[in-house]
Amino acid sequence: MLSVSKHSEIFFRNLLKIQRRKSLQFNPWNASSQETMEQTESHKPRVSRLDLFLTFSRISLSSFGGAIFWARRQLIDRQRWLTEREFVDVLTLGQLLPGPNVLNLTVMVGYRFAGWTGAAAAVAGFLGWPCLVVIGMGVLYQQYGALPQVQQALAGMSIVAAGLLLATVIKLAMVLPRRWRPWLFGILAFVGVGVMRWPLLWVMGGLAPWAVFAAWKEQA
Amino acid sequence: MDRIDLSALFLHFLALWFVAVGGPSTILPDIHRYVVEVHHLLTSAQFAEIYTLAQVAPGPNVMYVTLIGWHLAGWKGAAATTIPLLVPASTLTLLVGHFNERHPNAPIGRAIRRGLTPITIGLMLASATILMRAVNHDWSGYLITLITVAVVLRTSWNPLWLLAAGALAGMLGLV
Repeated sequence: MLSVSKHSEIFFRNLLKIQRRKSLQFNPWNASSQETMEQTESHKPRVSRLDLFLTFSRISLSSFGGAIFWARRQLIDRQRWLTEREFVDVLTLGQLLPGPNVLNLTVMVGYRFAGWTGAAAAVAGFLGWPCLVVIGMGVLYQQYGALPQVQQALAGMSIVAAGLLLATVIKLAMVLPRRWRPWLFGILAFVGVGVMRWPLLWVMGGLAPWAVFAAWKEQA
Repeated sequence: MDRIDLSALFLHFLALWFVAVGGPSTILPDIHRYVVEVHHLLTSAQFAEIYTLAQVAPGPNVMYVTLIGWHLAGWKGAAATTIPLLVPASTLTLLVGHFNERHPNAPIGRAIRRGLTPITIGLMLASATILMRAVNHDWSGYLITLITVAVVLRTSWNPLWLLAAGALAGMLGLV
């Protein structure tokens, strides 16, 4: 009989065709699942709720500009709670689901080691501190945000922040296959939400089922 | 400025998170539409500044929603915009965790990913253009945005250095 972790391994290989590693770039068209994967049975370390809280606090407080890099480093290299493959599996599933990817990863890792309360402890560590930090920044912004020097610095940073987001979009768009359909859906989403300024719920309600159905037909 | 209806704010954010496949940048255009264009709670420039502040803070990039809530209505506002983001993670994520042990071969997951990825990219492009229009008023702003894009695509520098350079350029009056 297969163990649960074997089951989920097979599930992920077939469901998501995960790239073996190299990069954590999100590319659902990459079908390199033929590569051999380590079949070694993974050990499951004992992790307490306090450990979860502290480790996710550390991940959160050290992650400037994206948490995935720091989550990898803590969970795989430092704490050795997950193997590389387990990490990619959990992250990929997190990307499939709505909500922030790394938060979904936090919930799943917490749940895996200590059930519901473990998930709560991990989330408290992961979101609690940044909440306090951004609120502290909010206080400063309300106090000093109107000063000319601060205004100028913020304007300069905002221009860079817009560029950072645009660069991320370009990187992601490079994995799209050169076929008309994915690009059509991307353009429709952009025009509906970004140009026409229609509510996201309408646009997603109209496009998402159609796009998923088309992708389903295409692979069948 | 409209009066802030916190329960409506909470419900709007809750609904958004359930379609936020692909992360927090995909719902930015709709949050901008809701707080800036429909309810006039913030100006477009304030929205961009708040987003930027949250990028500079440690923690996941999603924290801009907390800062918007706090700016609008203090602690209650922060709760109204932050609690919704926990809901899909703590319900759907755990449900799917159970599902995947029962149905190890469902190809629906790949169809969902392939179908939704282009939409995610289109929505993030919408976010980027909204931010650019909010902060760039002349050619020098657009030039700095383009330089940022080029640097990010060609190097692996930490984005914090680029943000610091942007702050410096702003204080020197270049933008």
